[in-house]
Amino acid sequence: MARKLLLELADIPQIQNIDTYISHGGYRSLEKALKKMTPDEITEEVKKSGLRGRGGAGFSTGLKWSFLDKSTDKPRYLLCNADESEPGTFKDRYLMEKLPHLLIEGMILSSYALGSNTSYIYIRGEYMFVLRKLEKAIQEAYSKGFLGKNILNSGFDLDLYVHPGAGAYICGEETALIESLEGKRGNPRIKPPFPAVSGLWGCPTIVNNVESIAAVVPIINDGGDEYAKIGLGKSTGTKLISASGNIQKPGVYEIDMGITVEEFIYSDEYCGGMKDGLELKACVPGGSSVPILPRHLLFRESNGDSRRMTYESLSEGGFTSGSMLGSGGFIVYDEKQCIVRNTWNFARFYHHESCGQCSPCREGTGWMERILHNIENGRGTEDDIQLLWQVQKNIEGNTICPLGDAAAWPVAAAIRHFRHEFEYHVKYPERVFDADHTYQPEIQQTYSLTT
Amino acid sequence: MPKVTIDDISLEVPLGTTILQAARMIGQNVPPAMCYYSKLEGSGGKCRTCLVQVVAGSYKDPRPMPKLVASCRTTVMDGMEVRNTTSSEVQEARKGVTEFLLANHPLDCPVCDQAGECKLQDLSYEHGLSKSRYEFKRREFDRIDIGDKIQLHMNRCILCYRCTQVAEQLTPERVHGVLHRGEHSEISTMIEKAIDNDFSGNMIDVCPVGALTDKTFRFKSRVWFTKPVFAHRNCPGCEGKVTLWYQGSEVLRVTSRKDKWGEAESFICNSCRFDHKKTEDWVIEGPAKIDSHSVISQNHMKFELPVIQPLLTTENEQTA
Ligand SMILES: Cc1cc2nc3c(=O)[nH]c(=O)nc-3n(C[C@H](O)[C@H](O)[C@H](O)COP(=O)(O)O)c2cc1C
Ligand code: SF4
Ligand code: FES
Repeated sequence: MARKLLLELADIPQIQNIDTYISHGGYRSLEKALKKMTPDEITEEVKKSGLRGRGGAGFSTGLKWSFLDKSTDKPRYLLCNADESEPGTFKDRYLMEKLPHLLIEGMILSSYALGSNTSYIYIRGEYMFVLRKLEKAIQEAYSKGFLGKNILNSGFDLDLYVHPGAGAYICGEETALIESLEGKRGNPRIKPPFPAVSGLWGCPTIVNNVESIAAVVPIINDGGDEYAKIGLGKSTGTKLISASGNIQKPGVYEIDMGITVEEFIYSDEYCGGMKDGLELKACVPGGSSVPILPRHLLFRESNGDSRRMTYESLSEGGFTSGSMLGSGGFIVYDEKQCIVRNTWNFARFYHHESCGQCSPCREGTGWMERILHNIENGRGTEDDIQLLWQVQKNIEGNTICPLGDAAAWPVAAAIRHFRHEFEYHVKYPERVFDADHTYQPEIQQTYSLTT
Repeated sequence: MPKVTIDDISLEVPLGTTILQAARMIGQNVPPAMCYYSKLEGSGGKCRTCLVQVVAGSYKDPRPMPKLVASCRTTVMDGMEVRNTTSSEVQEARKGVTEFLLANHPLDCPVCDQAGECKLQDLSYEHGLSKSRYEFKRREFDRIDIGDKIQLHMNRCILCYRCTQVAEQLTPERVHGVLHRGEHSEISTMIEKAIDNDFSGNMIDVCPVGALTDKTFRFKSRVWFTKPVFAHRNCPGCEGKVTLWYQGSEVLRVTSRKDKWGEAESFICNSCRFDHKKTEDWVIEGPAKIDSHSVISQNHMKFELPVIQPLLTTENEQTA
């Protein structure tokens, strides 16, 4: 049984109650941190732990914290990004629902480290029921003196608020989140300046994912060095993976960073193998934005080593033969799934979610969706595949925020690795409505990409 | 002063200058700008037509930037090296952006009042493909009258956000903005409330395309059949420096004066724009300078302007 740093207490009855949480050791980090450690010492522990942002980009949390501009007398803010909207990702919801106090404890520690006296949890509007749980937990924390003025007589004040979004994926992008929190339209800002210099209300601001903030609790309890012992290379600690698709046991798993992809999918401890005895065809390992990998690239790196669940190993090979750990939204496809249909579905999502500020993403996401819709429904041509490739290429890297890339990458990877399925749709339009998209062996070969 | 090199031409520029501004100072190989407007704070960054390649960040950190950057929002660093016309990557990207901007554009130039002074026409002429590869139905919106002087033709809009910035920055109350998101975004005045304030007409001037047009000029003439003339008046509301657009001896419309980059030199009030359309309202300065590549300069209409004679005598007044 793997160790659990975050979800250890998740299944204890009534753990959402602060007394239950405390009786299982919850909030014990506060005494240590607020009374015996300076804010910089906490940042130092987080740096030592090697923790990397769990929101998708995997940027070192300690390093990000050290960029916070402390030279001004402006207030500083910590914002927790609980907008979780990436298709395939549902770990933050699980963590907040099961262990609201763990997030609050992490928010107190992190706010103390950053010198934020007002912090916000920005939660997606669809999680209203989770918001209510968090608000109740926050009230309990106030009544225990963990929030408010002079927390545990340490002299540190903190007010914590939960703020719901209004149903936009883009508000998970940190600067759009800030705009939204300010009451404006959720358009991403043009960077620089970065939030650490000028964020909420123009003040220095740090935005971190729910899981990143929760991980600060075990880091302070056990020390950064202990945390860093788990994992492999620069991927330290444990990671929550949202597993879905055609597997025996979909769900949220806490894994030690570094286990093999094969173990994660086939061991009974995690996904429990494929459902209905079918073969695995492909996997999107890090949420809908990251490249899809076919079976032959999923389990092995290019040098033949086993591919592992780490930032480095999953991205080995770059976009030619690798993918990304991303937000840990792990989607598994069996042999009966249609990659074109899946790609269309993702494209439809990005088309719907583009903020519309910059032209490549505004116009390109809709264009891609329409071409894919045609191909999927038997109305595509060989030229459409080529055009689709060029449209995604014209979006990638040319937009204000990474949503443009997030829309382009899955399309590029699908064409790169599953071109034969696109061609099948074009060649046999009458067959595309087959319930199980049984592909003909003669076109099963991989086509090389000509751009 | 930081030194920047753009397409192998170097120049020292004041601290805080953007790449686009530096290119304008050099005066050649200037990236096209569809959303940036030097007089509107926070403009730029959106259309992506001005993307350039930074092959060296600065003397201190000579690494290239990983992606193309928006030249209108990227500040020059000492020793920066930029490629615009000399980068095939930039040219490719710009072609892509132009295609995106045209994807949903109605291409109704024959009936559009902006034709001839449309930035999108210029852009497609230089960077567009001969044929659109977008085969789907284009976005369609109803035409909306915002107030009695301005018409919004959302189909033509490229969402540069300039007009909303005019509304925010020049006028006392913010009455319009962007509704919805993505491809469905539209400029709107919330329940089509009229934009009724002294400077609303500038939205027409900042619009790079024919989305916002002057209703008092609607279908009166093609711009290339009119003659632009600089004029001024003593206006309590604005600087009163305008361009009058003549056909024969009739003033068909009044606009702000545009600089070399198509930007208003100074914003004008609605009274100058809509209520002063007689020659006697104005002190005439002389024919406006029109860029030689513009279709307006192709105007071979006979220029019969009795009022052009007082030109010499107005010189004194101008300095007064
Ligand atoms: C379109 C878009 C959507 C995003 N959505 C989320 C999200 O829902 N949750 C999240 O934590 N980060 C999201 N991010 C990443 C954030 O911008 C930011 O990098 C992250 O919250 C930083 O936290 P971390 O360093 O702890 O990972 C998104 C980014 C983009 C471009
Ligand atoms: S890339 Fe898309 S979502 Fe991001 S700013 Fe541009 S239009 Fe908005
Ligand atoms: S002018 Fe720079 S992005 Fe539009």
